[in-house]
Amino acid sequence: MVPISYPAEGSSGKTGLWRTERPVVHLDKCIKCLFCWLYCPEDTILRREDDYVYVDYEYCKGCGICANVCPTHAIEMVSEAPGGEGA
Amino acid sequence: MTLKTLTGNHAVSEAVKLSRVKVIAAYPITPQTTMVERLAEMVDKGELEAKMIRVESEHSALAATFGAAAAGARAFTATSSHGLLYMHEVLWWAAGARIPVVMAVAARAIGPPWNIHVEHSDFIDQRDTGWLISAAQENQEALDLTLQAFRISEDPRVYLPMIVALDGFILTHTVAPVDVPSQEDVDRWLPPRRQPYMITPESNVVMGNISSDEDYFMMRYSMQAAMQAAKQVIKEVDLEYGKTFGRSYGGLLECYRCEDADYTIVITGSWSGDAKKAVDMLREKGIRAGVARIRFVRPWPEEDLKDRLANKKGVIVFDRSVSFGSYGQLFTETAATLYGTGTSMRGVVAGLGGVDVRPEDFASEVMNFVSRVEESGRVYEPQKWMLPKKYEYVAKEVGI
Amino acid sequence: MPIRLADLPRRRFGMPGNAACPGCPETMGLRYVKMALGDNAVLVIPAGCSSVIQGMVPKSGINFPILNIVFASAASAASGIKAAFEMSGKNYNVVVWAGDGGTADIGFQSMSGAAERNDDIIYICVDNEAYMNTGIQRSGLTPYGAWTTTTYAGKTEKKKPLPFIMIAHNVPYVATATVGYPQDFIEKLRKAASIRGFKYIHLHAPCPIGWRFDPGLTAKMAQLAVQTGAFPLFEYENGKFSLSPYSGMYRNPQKRVPLVEYLKLQGRFQTVLKDPEKLKGLQEEIDDMWRWIEMLEKYGAAALKR
Repeated sequence: MVPISYPAEGSSGKTGLWRTERPVVHLDKCIKCLFCWLYCPEDTILRREDDYVYVDYEYCKGCGICANVCPTHAIEMVSEAPGGEGA
Repeated sequence: MTLKTLTGNHAVSEAVKLSRVKVIAAYPITPQTTMVERLAEMVDKGELEAKMIRVESEHSALAATFGAAAAGARAFTATSSHGLLYMHEVLWWAAGARIPVVMAVAARAIGPPWNIHVEHSDFIDQRDTGWLISAAQENQEALDLTLQAFRISEDPRVYLPMIVALDGFILTHTVAPVDVPSQEDVDRWLPPRRQPYMITPESNVVMGNISSDEDYFMMRYSMQAAMQAAKQVIKEVDLEYGKTFGRSYGGLLECYRCEDADYTIVITGSWSGDAKKAVDMLREKGIRAGVARIRFVRPWPEEDLKDRLANKKGVIVFDRSVSFGSYGQLFTETAATLYGTGTSMRGVVAGLGGVDVRPEDFASEVMNFVSRVEESGRVYEPQKWMLPKKYEYVAKEVGI
Repeated sequence: MPIRLADLPRRRFGMPGNAACPGCPETMGLRYVKMALGDNAVLVIPAGCSSVIQGMVPKSGINFPILNIVFASAASAASGIKAAFEMSGKNYNVVVWAGDGGTADIGFQSMSGAAERNDDIIYICVDNEAYMNTGIQRSGLTPYGAWTTTTYAGKTEKKKPLPFIMIAHNVPYVATATVGYPQDFIEKLRKAASIRGFKYIHLHAPCPIGWRFDPGLTAKMAQLAVQTGAFPLFEYENGKFSLSPYSGMYRNPQKRVPLVEYLKLQGRFQTVLKDPEKLKGLQEEIDDMWRWIEMLEKYGAAALKR
């Protein structure tokens, strides 16, 4: 048994469980600038074929960088608390 | 096959060249310097096709050697004394990573005060790291052990790095006739490098990130298993080497007149030669003495020692190092091996800092031990220091 | 050559599910390294946040082959790996990804040695301005006046001017970059990869946990550092020094965003904001850097002719 690994998803579990807020993308405001995709630390904002974006909620840690860099404020951070507002 | 007059350092350099090492990273420290200088000359003259990294410290030396090895190159480094201590954490890292690397150690005392003469403390201090540790008695053996080190460490049953220790100045700087094998013979005997994994874009391997405690434990257990398997590999290689190059030393232990001995000396390093002379002198006086020379301190030759030291009247271990507050390290390990056998034992700490120990000194120490055993039956003296002659009186005051 | 985001491939750059804190600049930076160098790189990572970010065996949370190595010797291990690749005729990039400690302090010796030997590696210092992995202790790269767990009343020494020290080593390429302007970082990485010899990139990496700010502000914080002049972006290549486009206009202190806009968002600078002497000290540290820049622009080529 040697101390080696291979890059793989979930090396620290399902990090989506860490979230206190989740990013919600309002596609009607999205201009496909891809800033959110560029700045996301986790590779959890992904590009569709048409370059609109969607979120991988299994691993998204809810940091909110995407919401902060979006120039049209198309991303809303919504509380994960039960009874919290939003989707 | 050519007979050359070589210092121990240059003998090792020849072996490194013959093994077609690809990367060398070393930092100079007396008495290793001439080894590295010769290698630098070989590389610059095109005799050895390798990259030489002139690192800025020993810690970096082993890190660079290990990095090269992890990326797939046969790599070598050499150091001594303080340099070896400086790179200590990297020794653990290389062994734990299971990457074969070969390192020559010019055995030298550790300061303060500064002392560049022979002592075994530096490589003995590495026993726990997971490296195989061998010690040569002669320049020829230093060359042979270096060639074998690549073969042994790169064996899939082992995959652990290996140290070849040779006594500072006594071997490193003293010239002796050495039979240097031909490149063709070595090419036929030494297989291409193997290692458990390589860090490359193709392999996409990650080495060393955190593991669970249980996995860590099992990795350590695998290292121990490899050490156990190494005993067999060492013996095989020694026999194979004997057939190919005409020299075999007996594997983990070299037995000199020890088969029928009543009293056996356990010892390692170049002064084993003086101990062998002492054995001849003692035999003439009617004492059936012998030497069990430890060639490999790691893996510890447990089974071979038990076998060679069975039913002896007495075993006397000479350590050229000491664990302060306890005993000579070879003594402690030999005593553990002989636990339960009831063999009389004495541990002698001698030759520290390069203090010369001659055949007569070995002989008189053994004779003293023999007379103690004959008069008392069972003797267990773990801690005897052989003081330099002019200071012998101090022992009476201190009590050891 | 400016990079069009839409032209970058739609592929895995980072590795989700890793152990990094939310909003971590190191994971951001690693994605940019992947965007720049693709699958042709091997990383060497000494002890630090990124060691732990990889998560647990048998998986790793960073999308590269990695040699994890002891703290003080990332650069020398990298030199060894590169030597091995050269001997086997392979042209892979060997990249050191080391934090403050592994670069400016405990790792300085081995890095300086590799720079002096001009070993063909890319050395990236991920500067989050403290020993973050062990719990936010002060490092040589912590700015003047900043709170850390070992400088409770604020650091009393100035930040080690590491990029300028590396320029003094006269290696082929030195650059500063930030996770706030990824395209600039990616261009600099690609340039570094095209040069033979020792390349040094100092990457500013604002750490939400260590600097005490909201994790969603990492990118903005990094941009503010540039806009206030606190972290100038520049390149030094073969004797020629140039300010990068994003920092160009901030050469003029009047054009900069006021420093307090940057400091007030970070909990670690609260004592600095309350103490005019400390604020002055921090401003001096920044002014020192701009003096270096001025001198290098004027005299760099003559003094450091390669």
